[in-house]
Amino acid sequence: MPVVRKTVVVSNPQGLHARPAELFSRLALQFEADIEVIRDDLRIDAKSILNVLTLGAAQGATLVIEARGADAEKAIDALERLVVSDFKVGDFNTDELKIDETLSQESSG
Amino acid sequence: MKFVDFVSSKAICTDVGSEGKESVIRTMVSALRKVDKIAEDQHDSIVEAILKREELGSTGIGRGVAVPHTKHPSVNELVSAVAVSKEGVDFDSLDGEKVHLLFLLISPPDRPGDHLRALENISRQLRDDTFCSFLKQCKEPKEVWQLLEEADNNQFVS
Repeated sequence: MPVVRKTVVVSNPQGLHARPAELFSRLALQFEADIEVIRDDLRIDAKSILNVLTLGAAQGATLVIEARGADAEKAIDALERLVVSDFKVGDFNTDELKIDETLSQESSG
Repeated sequence: MKFVDFVSSKAICTDVGSEGKESVIRTMVSALRKVDKIAEDQHDSIVEAILKREELGSTGIGRGVAVPHTKHPSVNELVSAVAVSKEGVDFDSLDGEKVHLLFLLISPPDRPGDHLRALENISRQLRDDTFCSFLKQCKEPKEVWQLLEEADNNQFVS
């Protein structure tokens, strides 16, 4: 089973606050892979907004995203793009996050 | 950042019912106004801003917890009210669950760091099932305050 890992830096001035955390978790939910985010000694489930908020990731924070599963690579790429875009994808319209037809699975969790 | 650093002990509501999201938000903002944490003439503007933020996407973050919030130029520091709802409030949370615990945050626009640290503290503490469950059982504001103080003293998070 593929395991993919990538390091990203939070660059938006507000940090990973509620709205970006929601976008991040919503996007993560569209993949089957198990996705975790690591910051220092903290390792959390990317599919839970509450957990993503525990990262307290301000501007400049370094996060490691780790995905395990068939679509791990696609998941990591999409999540990286979201962070790098400063969470501005589609002007915060989550529908626009479905940039790839393989992401069409609805988040039901 | 600890709960006692931003939650107003006199703005804790334990009697909010299932009257709906907007009503609960109004109750919480009014609680902050009553203890002069926000200016009387800013009340409506703040409620409006919080509701507008909810339209962008629910602040229900899962596990029966919501963090309705806004930045507002009328406050000089982060202020927060807490509400407990026994019945639960429909909040369009991502996980579909009703909300039982609400932390309403109003922060000055130039202090994103404080806002983020408050969110971090709330979410870290509420990951603990025991703390969550105890909070939901509270019937009196003073019980809520006591639990928040205990959480601040690391009684729940190892």
